[in-house]
Order: sequence, then structure tokens, then C-alpha cells
Amino acid sequence: MSDNIILPSLPPIGSLTISDSGNGSSTSANANTSTNVSSGSGANRNSMGFGYNPSIGPSSNLITEETVSLHLSNKKIINITPQSQNSIYDRNINKKGLEISLSALSFLFCEIISWVQGQSKGIQDLEARLNGLGYQIGQRYLELVKLREGIKYGKREIKIIEILQFIHGPFWKAIFGKVANELEKSQDAENEYMISDNVPLLSKFISVPKDYGNLNVSALIAGIIEGALDSSFFQAEVSAHSVPRDGLPLRTTFLINFDKSVLTREEMRFSR
Amino acid sequence: MSSYYFSIIGTKDNPLYELEFSSFKSSSPTPGQSQFSASVKEILPFVTHSALDIVEDATWSTNQFSLGRIDSFYGLVINAFITQGNIKFLLCYDTNTSAPGGGSGSGVGGVGGSGSGAGIVPGPGSGASSHALSSSSSSISGSKNDDNSIKQFFMEVNDLYVKCLLNPLYAVNDAIISPDFDLKVKVSAKKYL
Repeated sequence: MSDNIILPSLPPIGSLTISDSGNGSSTSANANTSTNVSSGSGANRNSMGFGYNPSIGPSSNLITEETVSLHLSNKKIINITPQSQNSIYDRNINKKGLEISLSALSFLFCEIISWVQGQSKGIQDLEARLNGLGYQIGQRYLELVKLREGIKYGKREIKIIEILQFIHGPFWKAIFGKVANELEKSQDAENEYMISDNVPLLSKFISVPKDYGNLNVSALIAGIIEGALDSSFFQAEVSAHSVPRDGLPLRTTFLINFDKSVLTREEMRFSR
Repeated sequence: MSSYYFSIIGTKDNPLYELEFSSFKSSSPTPGQSQFSASVKEILPFVTHSALDIVEDATWSTNQFSLGRIDSFYGLVINAFITQGNIKFLLCYDTNTSAPGGGSGSGVGGVGGSGSGAGIVPGPGSGASSHALSSSSSSISGSKNDDNSIKQFFMEVNDLYVKCLLNPLYAVNDAIISPDFDLKVKVSAKKYL
């Protein structure tokens, strides 16, 4: 039972809108509930005709005579929701150099661990939960880092080696400010790779009590890697292991275990 | 003026976002309003989905983000873009600029064969596959120009998508219901198409 990874995710937002198309008196998920609920055609238009409704389809956000005037006007700011003023879509996504202090991050991470620990049933469960938290970060950062690299001249990573080098290099640098220390291929198994970090940023101020055995809180980072690999369709399982060395007591190795199907695909596509 | 059907497809082949519109450069009373006829409108999701097989093949045969023109079906052409996280952007549009009603009749007639026809295109991703182009499709003049602006449109939508993804309350493969996102996509559409 504890083998299942528990993803602490919210109920998908998309599912919230399904129910509110049928009945006219809807408590819409959009904060700005509109008054013009049209009858008959079944088109329940919200927020002045903006916003896609998956339960209606493309007719939910058609460009019509009422909305077209908004497009033609060259106004910089158009308020359709209370948040429009400074929405996430207006901000610059390419701005680099936004960094937070290590102490704040460590404090947050410390709280995360104690929060997760309170919910978990054991060490394995604790690691699985941390992994699940990291998974979502990985999914997001993958797209973000690729975007910042530049879509126009950049390329997608479609080979195992390339995606690993990408994670080891630019991806690591974007998250932790430095590239990872080593990228190795296992000699025993065809589908195993290892990324090592001498001083994992997050666990710098974490010390694990003796009775917690081989708990490694870098499971969160393993989750980040797994999320990034999975969403690029390189299905893998990633786990974190402490491999201390002289002078590097925190050294952590992330063991990446690719699914068989990934190797098969690689062979079929690129063996020539 | 050509009309467009834009959709974002998630990793489970589920639509995250759809939009119908037409070129904003037209002089009709409501520029941007979709000009697809009713019979074409209802097959648009099918035509788009039949292209997904080709997109999936092209995913592993090219390392470009923009896959260009990958499929066509009776005068409807499909351009595609794929992100690193395997979210697909598909833009389906009609090439016959004169009367959108003309090609629609034949389009509906051929629905049955479309799925299989789309799947056996030799050399996917290699460029324009003209097997399904009916005679009504005019010679595509300035298509290079079109492809370029579509590419730019895709890149701008990708910006918006990533911004949406960074929202912690949005999970991968959820439908994108934000009105602000919708507006921004329409503004990009006006800018490039």
C-alpha cells in the first residue's frame, strides 16, 4: 500500500467547470460571474465571452460582434477579470536573475519536510511524498528552461543522452545555479544512469537522525528529475542515494532507471 | 479570408484549449469571426485529431519544436508545434481563400477515409504532404510567409502556455479556462495571422 506514490495534487481545475454549464445559476469558477446567461443555444458565456470552457468546446470562446471591439482597440490593458491588471500573462517570462536567499529556501524546505513527515507512515512513504512534490516542479521547470534557452534556435531533446546532458547542464544550472558534478552510465544495467551532486543545495542544512536510517531528503530533487524526464516521454524512476566521499559528506547520487520502452524506442529510432 | 482552428492537445490526446477564428486582416464587419461553414466546423476536431499520429511520429524523427505543415485534408491544412513536455499545438486552416463553402461538401463526404489516409503518409514531417489536397486548393502562393507567421504565433502561444503552467494551481493536462489566457491568444492571433 505504501508503494504507491501519493501525489499531493489539487483536484484539476478543469473539472470544476463541467458542472456549471447546465444550470443557469452557476457559481462559476471564474471570479467574475457574468449576468448574461444566454438561453436556448446552450452557450453559457462567461467573463464577457472570454475563457475556454471544455464542456462546451470552441463555441465557448468564439470571437463575436460583442467581443471583437475589444480586440480591435489597441488598449494596453483590458480588464476582463479582477486579476487582469497584473496577471501572470503580462509578466516577462525571460527575466533571469531572480534569486531567493539560501536561508529562506532552507527554512521553507525544513518546514516542508516536517509537514510531510507528519503525514507519512514511514521512511519510504516520506521519500515518496517528497518525490511527488518535486515531480510537479520538474514538469514546470522543464518547459521554462527550454523556453528561456530560446525556442527559435533551440531544439527538443529526443535522445536519452541528450536529455540527460540537458538535465545535468542547463536544467541544473537554472534551478541550483551550477551544473551537476557527474553524469555516469551504469556498467551493470543498460537502462541505469547516475547524476551526482557533491553538495546538494537543498540538503546543506539538513542532518538526518540516526534512527531514520538511510533517509535522503534529496528525494525531492529526484522527483524534479523524474518529473522532467517523464513529461519529455523518457519514463524513468529516479531515486536519491547518499554516497559520501572524503571531504564531501553530503554527496548524493541520483539513480535514474529508464523504462524498457524508452530503450526500445531509442534502438528503433537511432540505431542506424 | 482563411479561417483557423487552433487547439492545444495534452499528453493524453485531450484538448486543453480550442479557438476558432479567421484572419483579422479581412474587411468583413466583424474581423476575426470564424468563417467555417457548419459542416466543416463539426469535422475540425476530427481532422485535427487524425493528424496526431503524424505528430507523434515526427516527435521522434526531428528535434525541431515547430514541425511545420504536417497534414492536409481536402483543402484544410494542419501546422503543428510540439513542446519539450509533449504538449501539441495544432493549427488547422483552409487554403482556398475564395469560398469556404465550396470545399466543405467534398470534405464531409470523405470523412470516413480520412483517418486511415492520414496515418499512412510517407515521410512525415518532411514538408507538405499533398495527397489529400483536392483540386479546389489554389496554388499556395506566399505559403512560406504564412508558415513563418504561424511559427511565430506558435512561439508566442508557447510563452503563454508556459506562463500558465507556472501557476501552481494549474496541473499538466488540465483544460486552460483562464479568460486572460484566451484574450492573449486572440491578441497574438490578431498580430500574426
